[in-house]
Amino acid sequence: MTRITIDPITRIEGHLRIDCEVDNGKVTKAWSSGQMWRGIETILKGRDPRDAWLFAQRICGVCTTVHAIVSVRTVENALGLEVPLNAQYIRNMMITAHGIHDHIVHFYQLTALDWVDIVSALSASPEAAAKLGATLSPDYPHNSLPEIRKIQEKLKAFVGTGQLGVFASGYWGHPAMKLPPEVNLLAATHYLQALEYQRTANRIVAILGGKTPHIQNLAVGGVANPINPDSQSTLTLERLYAIKTEIDKLGEFVNGALLPDVAAVGALYADWTGHGAGITDYLSVPDLPLDSKGTQFALPGGYIAKGDLSSFKPITSYQDGYFRDGVKESVKHAWYEYQGGDGARHPYDGQTNPHHTAFQDDGKYSWVKAPTFYNQRVQVGPLANVLAMVAAGHEPTQRHLKRVLDIASTVAGTPIPVAALHSTIGRIAARAVRCAVLLESLQNQWQLLVNNIAKGDFDTFNRPVFPKGENRGFGYHEAPRGVLSHWIVIENGKIKNYQAVVPSTWNAGPRDDADSMGPYEASLVDNPVANPELPLEVLRTVHSFDPCLACAVHLVDADNQPIVRVKAF
Amino acid sequence: MEQVEDHAIEVGTVQDLDGYQGALGGLTRREFLSYCTGVAATLGLSSMMGLRIAAAATAPARPPVIWLSAQECTGCTESLLRAYHPTLETLILDMISLDYHEALCAGAGHQAEAYRAQSMKANWGKYILVVDGSIPTKDGGIYCMVAGRPILETVREAAEGAAVIIGIGSCASWGGIPSSDPNPTGAQSVHAVLPGKTVVNIPGCPPNPYNFLSTVLYLLTFGKPPELDSKNRPRFAYGRLIHENCERRPHFDAGRFALEFGDFGHRQGFCLYKIGCKGPETYANCPAIGFGDVGEGNWPVGIGHPCFGCTEEGVGFTKPLHALSRVKTYAPPTAFPAVDATKGEGVTPAAVAIIAGAAGLAVGAGAMALRGMDGKDESAAGSSHDSER
Repeated sequence: MTRITIDPITRIEGHLRIDCEVDNGKVTKAWSSGQMWRGIETILKGRDPRDAWLFAQRICGVCTTVHAIVSVRTVENALGLEVPLNAQYIRNMMITAHGIHDHIVHFYQLTALDWVDIVSALSASPEAAAKLGATLSPDYPHNSLPEIRKIQEKLKAFVGTGQLGVFASGYWGHPAMKLPPEVNLLAATHYLQALEYQRTANRIVAILGGKTPHIQNLAVGGVANPINPDSQSTLTLERLYAIKTEIDKLGEFVNGALLPDVAAVGALYADWTGHGAGITDYLSVPDLPLDSKGTQFALPGGYIAKGDLSSFKPITSYQDGYFRDGVKESVKHAWYEYQGGDGARHPYDGQTNPHHTAFQDDGKYSWVKAPTFYNQRVQVGPLANVLAMVAAGHEPTQRHLKRVLDIASTVAGTPIPVAALHSTIGRIAARAVRCAVLLESLQNQWQLLVNNIAKGDFDTFNRPVFPKGENRGFGYHEAPRGVLSHWIVIENGKIKNYQAVVPSTWNAGPRDDADSMGPYEASLVDNPVANPELPLEVLRTVHSFDPCLACAVHLVDADNQPIVRVKAF
Repeated sequence: MEQVEDHAIEVGTVQDLDGYQGALGGLTRREFLSYCTGVAATLGLSSMMGLRIAAAATAPARPPVIWLSAQECTGCTESLLRAYHPTLETLILDMISLDYHEALCAGAGHQAEAYRAQSMKANWGKYILVVDGSIPTKDGGIYCMVAGRPILETVREAAEGAAVIIGIGSCASWGGIPSSDPNPTGAQSVHAVLPGKTVVNIPGCPPNPYNFLSTVLYLLTFGKPPELDSKNRPRFAYGRLIHENCERRPHFDAGRFALEFGDFGHRQGFCLYKIGCKGPETYANCPAIGFGDVGEGNWPVGIGHPCFGCTEEGVGFTKPLHALSRVKTYAPPTAFPAVDATKGEGVTPAAVAIIAGAAGLAVGAGAMALRGMDGKDESAAGSSHDSER
């Protein structure tokens, strides 16, 4: 038996440590440990709820936007405040554009190097890669021989300098790297081109958000973008069509390159559909609200038990009691203590008192708490969302999933079923499917906004009013990494308690009150490891979740002690 | 690989580092070469490439950069993904050698850490150190652990061998959001944990990517850091209040204000001061260069949201969003030449001085200094048109 500690896990957001016990080439036990903690929710206590989103957004700069969106939803939920349609559409466009950027960057920049051997790409035939590209992605305009050759020359020149920088520590030539050289070269070509397209997606977020990362156009009750087609310095038709141009450009890459790449790489690593399923109880939430109250959504979400799509139970509105009442967090194995009993707590009653110890295999070992849904561990993320949307009969999701499975089946030479998605490679494939769905939604939301403005509706903001006494609220969002929810208790217009239950908390959490493993840990068991010194296979499964540790580690301090604040005025 | 290898490399070009303090981690030259060929072998490259790696490690063509991440959110790195001139790929493939960056390293765990240690040793005294995130100092620094040790220790160690230290983002520059009251983890800025060292601060949450990139370009072009203000911020980026270059400034001077999102003034593009804009007390170039390369006027105030002072200690994450800012400048329209000034004579400098002096008395600012725009002397006042340095 060998013990592996990988610290830090790189190509993720934040500070994550993974420990595994390996026996006979397989992982037998795993631990997931968050290694950084800031206490943003403690900082929020006593502040103006209208400011919460500016702070909460800084929980994460990769998941930028998402915490801001869910934070304003949370305060609006506590106030029963409706949001003008234009504001919903503008928020939805930022959600989708950011999600597209995030999914592109995850596949190419963060996870591809686990599967694609860049060094092998250097010796590939550019002609073979161009030919492959023409077959695999005939609609994509940047697979030409000159383009591929140019990128290969650039990479060769880079390696030739001997200064390999962040690429020096890669797993090139690892026995688990199995792609043919021309596939590696095509993927490496798209690796560099993806950087340009993710910028394209971000231009959309920047136009609406004023900046990105960390947008600055939100308000509790709407958005700060004024709409007035007869004035300057507002969201004019010129701005809207600047966005439209960027949306159209994104289509060529998402549908032309990302989906075929993921399908082909997945098919060539078909054995990985047999690894990494882990927890197959899935949770997602609906998103892209289409009305001012949050009762109709463009994208469905809900709970699926044991990977069985027929068990799908939808979550239907911002007032959904099924979701609200099911969430709890355990700290038995996390570096916190609950006063008055250590049993798992609902977020409204949650508290976090840091209690750091050594890394204890059977005790406390992480800054991440362990959330449960009706006392069960659940997996969240694009896979959970795609399965829910398929179960709910969402046509675009079914269509894009079918396309990915068709390409993969062709490349693999054998039919690949939907059930293959319950795996390490399935999580990556589902993310690409969701990316294509988001792009289609982005197009739709843009049209809805333009149509609504054309009707003469320029409303973007409803003023929030904070009543005396206590108001509780929650908000959720299907973020790029899965279910995100914020919970707030407002007292006399000030924040009394705030908590975020974050996608990577669901997935990266340690063992819970019942000592059940979290999704990362469960998915690592039985994962192959050829060489414990170079644990590439462990990284494949961990990266397939797209970890985000700044998000996962958060804090609620609900000790009900008033915090004495020294303010500038 | 043939193209890579056909340039034979002289083993003699590997500089002798045996006498170099901290270099090679106590390895002899032979052991160091052996290490580098080992790296090459791990990468599936030839031993000749190992020699090239060794040569590059000791005489780098692109300056090595060690990027350490502390209590951060990766927003600063994400901001670089949005840059166009240069792009992130141009930066790391052609301009610098990014030898360590937790979010970007291909390898993980001890593979990444070993390469960082090797690069630092080979380039001791020569590398650029970049830190994002604040440094937790409470409880021995346990609130941010990387590779089994507090990031505080790693930052201090890396700073010893750095030629230049850059703190990117408000967290690294002045503590940022983790240091907000009640500062649960004892979060401090990078310069606060490196007494005696100069840290070039690039505040912002995240900063405009060009403020970081231009600092690096400045280093590469001039071989020295850019001119800094009293808070060690580059003047080219933080030398002016937002209020001084804001395109909505004329509305401020004319008294035209938005009072609420979506009201008449907001939909006319009026000044956002009364919604809580902190532009009048925040030093940054946001209105001058914008965000996202998507055209004119693309920055928070430009699209209709008040500045909340993310670059400025004591403003961002401290003052409420909808609280009025403390206006550090004032605009005395009476000091402007009258439109009907007598032809041929104009307004005399003496006349302006008298009027300006009166205005200065009126607002209680005794010193009408021409400084005060540089963040050095916050008590000094002056309007933008008379404060040209």
